[in-house]
Amino acid sequence: MFDTLSTRLSDVFDTLKKRGALSEADVTSALREIRVALLEADVALPVVKDFIEAVRERAVGEEVVRSVTPGQMVVKIVNDHLTEMLGGDQAEINLAAAPPAAIMMVGLQGSGKTTSTAKVAIHLRDQLRKKTLMASLDVRRPAAQQQLQVLGTDADIATLPIVPFETPEMITTRAMDTARKEGYDVVLLDTAGRLHIDDELMDEAASVHEIAKPVETLFVADAMTGQDAVNAAQAFHQKLDVTGIVLTRIDGDARGGAALSVRAVTGCPIKLLGTGEKLDALEVFHPERIASRILGMGDVVTLVEKASEVVEEEEAEKLAAKIQKGQFDFEDFAKQLQQVRKMGGMGGIMGMLPGSQKVKAQMGAANVDDKALARQEAIILSMTPKERRNPKLFNGSRRRRVAAGAGTTVQEVNRLLKQFQQMSKMMKRMNKLGQKGMMRHGMPGMMGQ
Amino acid sequence: MSETSGGWLSRLKSGLSRTSEKLSGGISSALTGKTLDAQTLERLEEALIGADLGVSTAAKLSAALAKEKFDKEINDTEVREALAQNISSILEPVAVPLEISAAKKPHVILVVGVNGSGKTTTIGKLAKNWVGHGKTVVLAAGDTFRAAAVEQLKIWGERTHCKVIARDTGSDAAGLAFEALEQARNENADILLIDTAGRLQNRDDLMGELAKIIRVLQKLDPEAPHSCLLVLDATVGQNAHSQVETFKEMTDVSGLVMTKLDGTARGGVVVALAERFGLPVHAVGVGEGEDDLQPFDHEIFARNLLGLNP
Repeated sequence: MFDTLSTRLSDVFDTLKKRGALSEADVTSALREIRVALLEADVALPVVKDFIEAVRERAVGEEVVRSVTPGQMVVKIVNDHLTEMLGGDQAEINLAAAPPAAIMMVGLQGSGKTTSTAKVAIHLRDQLRKKTLMASLDVRRPAAQQQLQVLGTDADIATLPIVPFETPEMITTRAMDTARKEGYDVVLLDTAGRLHIDDELMDEAASVHEIAKPVETLFVADAMTGQDAVNAAQAFHQKLDVTGIVLTRIDGDARGGAALSVRAVTGCPIKLLGTGEKLDALEVFHPERIASRILGMGDVVTLVEKASEVVEEEEAEKLAAKIQKGQFDFEDFAKQLQQVRKMGGMGGIMGMLPGSQKVKAQMGAANVDDKALARQEAIILSMTPKERRNPKLFNGSRRRRVAAGAGTTVQEVNRLLKQFQQMSKMMKRMNKLGQKGMMRHGMPGMMGQ
Repeated sequence: MSETSGGWLSRLKSGLSRTSEKLSGGISSALTGKTLDAQTLERLEEALIGADLGVSTAAKLSAALAKEKFDKEINDTEVREALAQNISSILEPVAVPLEISAAKKPHVILVVGVNGSGKTTTIGKLAKNWVGHGKTVVLAAGDTFRAAAVEQLKIWGERTHCKVIARDTGSDAAGLAFEALEQARNENADILLIDTAGRLQNRDDLMGELAKIIRVLQKLDPEAPHSCLLVLDATVGQNAHSQVETFKEMTDVSGLVMTKLDGTARGGVVVALAERFGLPVHAVGVGEGEDDLQPFDHEIFARNLLGLNP
């Protein structure tokens, strides 16, 4: 979601970094750019102003003047301050209450409360081994209660049976009673979407809050929200003592300024991120990682974590050994392609690499996308095991057969064979240089079409 | 859509007035001096940005104002009047009601948008309106992805006495759209409203599904869909640009509906969208009730945005 903001800011920083000494005018003009970039990313105006002022104070101070690379120093100040604003340390969901601990989900209409409720329940079950009961208090939107029930059935999480004509307060009482009797650890209360200026509905939420005494009240905010994010967040916080934020739809292309705004006005930590439509698409929020992603420094930690989740170590070692002996074949190539896909495709990997916004643009131009990878995989899968191990076997008729099997042309097959040759060559060369690491070997080869 | 009636105007106004409180508050505090100077202009620009008009549109509007009034004496109301006039004239060409062609049986309307923008609710409100004007409307529950989305539309069908064509969640949306068009034809319906699953515009695969729905519809009627409405949430900020751009490319969006204008969200991005894309804004949603969808009036919108009486 932070793509465009990163690109903008990295342009600003590129100019800054080139400078030897910085005048106050340099800093001012850079800050003006940063201001516009943040505003276009939908960070709320008051938040932007505070941010710029704080950075200016530190940037024109001694710190920068005395440092050897003033440009770098400004970048560091912006990064530090951004991380600070996003919340310093990471915060987990708090369940420190006598069970059943209640968690209340609140927010505007359409922010993603119901989907997030199910995701949080799954998160609590799979990560913390908690037995959770979900209850929908949304008696307003047609079929909202059914929606949560269906999600519960799909994810195998218990939901409170629906009783028609109950008020949200009655449902809350029944949910807490049921959870107490049946030994649930957590009760997740999914409330109806409401406008923060709708007094009647805000009062209703307050009385639900009173009954359930939630240990967590999570404000669900859409990452696409504009300047209004501050108003809504503030009002919800005042009325309901919000304890944390769930930011949804960060898989979209919104620049995500709402993250900064909401965090700044409520002072509550962003706890979780909704990263997709599937029910397991929920991530714990890491402020420093998101901050460096905004600044185009790449989220290398996430990449490494993802890689270690996906790439089985043993296999990686085997592969490395093969590469060193110069025995890399199509079987290994296919495995690499599969791993790339498991890690979220090329786009997913590139988004996490430092400075990758520019590379991404180049890749787009060179037509390297996940579809190309899928086609390559199809070609490899159409080869016989013998061919995969010994690509030298390929004559005209074998190429034609593979092309037909993969539903593509002989030219495509030729291209892949040539690319594979180049890769093997490069690997041999790299071995001579004595470098290690599978990613370094594999990736350039796959990208250089 | 019904013409001006007391209820909706006051609702729209009360919704927008909170916007304008903020905006006009910003303007009043911008005008501490008596003349329009650089500092005042900057604050004015900020007030506009705060209403989601976006950096470049805000700069343009304040530059236009500066051209006329810089260094001249000016009061609060004059500034607002001038700005309202500029905004209103930007919006005028896009304030176009949605025309239903009587010659088409049915007039097919595809409703698209990101998740949670208010597509299904908008469809319910549109159906209510047209049924009230004696049209036969058929609804197609094309959101076969989200849990209970089909049930949600079915309830709207009951409320508005419209037939709902639906399949189970998880089935093919394009197939359903085809079947719905066939059935709507058989019933000689005037209008077919097709709901779709919400999708983020950067998901190429899901956008491709929308293109498929259109391809399949065109097998029955080469001109279908006759209208394609993009539903935009007023709380969305500058991402609305990306939404309009991508949906327009994939589905040839013919007009916009802006929802949730009853909150404090300012929906000012619609001004920037009008400048950039020129797509008609057919209607605005101002509440959860079935009558809370109203025609978009450029003058009222602009004047209310600036806290002026309509």
